[in-house]
Amino acid sequence: MTTFLRIYLLALFGFVFLPIVVSLLFSFNSDRFPTLPMSGFTTIWYETIFADPDFWRAARNSLIVSSCTAVIATFLGFCTAYTDYRYTFRGKSLFLAIILLPPTIPLIIIALAMLAWFAPVGMSGQVWSIIAAHTVLTAPFAMAIIRLRLNQIDESLEAAAWNLGASEWRAMREVILPFTRPAILSSLFLTAAVSFDEFTVAWFVSGLNKTLPVHVLEIVQGTIDPQVNAIGTLVFGISITLVVISQLLIFFRLQREAA
Amino acid sequence: MRRLNAYALTFRLPIIIWQALFFIGPLIFVVAMSFFVVKNYRMVETFELTSWAKMISRDYVWSAYRYTLVMAGSAAAIASILAFPAAWFLAFRCSARARQVALLLLIVPFFTSYLVRTFSWYTILAEAGVLNGGFALFGLGPFKMLNTPFGTLVGYLTLVLPLVMILQTVTMANIDTRLVQAARNLGCTPARTIWSVILPAGKTGFVIAALFAFILSFGDFVAPFYLGGSNPPTMPILIIDTTKAGQQWPRAAVVAVMMMLTLFSIAFAAIVYSYRKRASR
Repeated sequence: MTTFLRIYLLALFGFVFLPIVVSLLFSFNSDRFPTLPMSGFTTIWYETIFADPDFWRAARNSLIVSSCTAVIATFLGFCTAYTDYRYTFRGKSLFLAIILLPPTIPLIIIALAMLAWFAPVGMSGQVWSIIAAHTVLTAPFAMAIIRLRLNQIDESLEAAAWNLGASEWRAMREVILPFTRPAILSSLFLTAAVSFDEFTVAWFVSGLNKTLPVHVLEIVQGTIDPQVNAIGTLVFGISITLVVISQLLIFFRLQREAA
Repeated sequence: MRRLNAYALTFRLPIIIWQALFFIGPLIFVVAMSFFVVKNYRMVETFELTSWAKMISRDYVWSAYRYTLVMAGSAAAIASILAFPAAWFLAFRCSARARQVALLLLIVPFFTSYLVRTFSWYTILAEAGVLNGGFALFGLGPFKMLNTPFGTLVGYLTLVLPLVMILQTVTMANIDTRLVQAARNLGCTPARTIWSVILPAGKTGFVIAALFAFILSFGDFVAPFYLGGSNPPTMPILIIDTTKAGQQWPRAAVVAVMMMLTLFSIAFAAIVYSYRKRASR
């Protein structure tokens, strides 16, 4: 029974990781049409994308969008998490709902909504409108990460700071912010990674300012092109690096606290 | 209750304004837009039922609606059933450390592009693709997997299976193990333990996992488009077609509102069901 379940579990993991592995392998495959057995090893697909100005423009847009999104979404998430942690007030659940709901609405609907909302005011096709949409989509994740960290704080710490004469602002700066710093960092990386991969809303709203996933979407619409595998592998490498860095930051921080 | 001061408002107001501008506003606008009309290629802001009448009377809209419901429902059901034995194994038969590693691995797909994974499936499932190449070694195939509902389902599962596995594992790992042991001691077979103890105890988690799988599949256009060949189209593909090709934004808005109403009713029903207490005896 246990052996059977172990094999079953491996099979499911196989299903989940098969497309990732295939994409990685075929990004180095010299044949244009991916099939078994594989043909020779090549780096030509990477050379193609590096030589493509469209790729660099899209990569730059993606970098701008994801870093601005990360900062704004983390700020919004922090404010919500802190408000939820410290205050009770009428309409609080409504307040939390308007920031936590976006992930439950299909992206295609948000995409249509953003396109129609921005078009009359001339914001459609701007990088800023992608950022605005992405902050709404990613802020709930920031809120969750920071709220979990605030769960661990001793509530009397902030009160102690007030009793010792610190203003609310000073207590925020010297007690709450340092305590939540690892969560803030981790939230920056996570929201950046989510924004970096999002293509539905970006596709509808971006116009000429394509982001990297929109660039991929347009290649895919044409033909089978192993460039996509190369871009996918590159982006995967960058995202995983960001996530690992964020996890290491938390890990070392917690270790230092324990010491 | 503390007095409302500038400090408290600093953390509250930016969010309310931001979400009103970029979330609530656009959503309300979509609902309003479904009542607008297009005249001479320009959208006119009025209140007419033209687009609703047009869309609701079309058969292809309803067949797309039924197809999307069935496919997303199947994806949620299949993902829940496939994930369960694995999640059960991870929750009850693995060390905490192995479980953590497995959960970590399951998070990895979220940091790869879903688009690239779909493209990868495209090359795997194609007529001359990786899988048929493998079958050919045994003298089998080629099988037609692309541009079929099967292809669409593979795409949906790629999207939702890791999430469902994570949610189910966490749900079962949080069930009080003493309950499970008690059932054992009272002579329950493993199957009975799952049916009478684990499923009821983790009901909320299982329902939420299936609900998320449904919502994600229902709104996804990539799998039905690239792996299902838009044949037949799903609701998200209708939105893309009417927006990108036809400039018929009000009609796309009608489809969007139909989708939202469906999702809200299903989510509401699921949440009511999962939090409902058992009748007391």
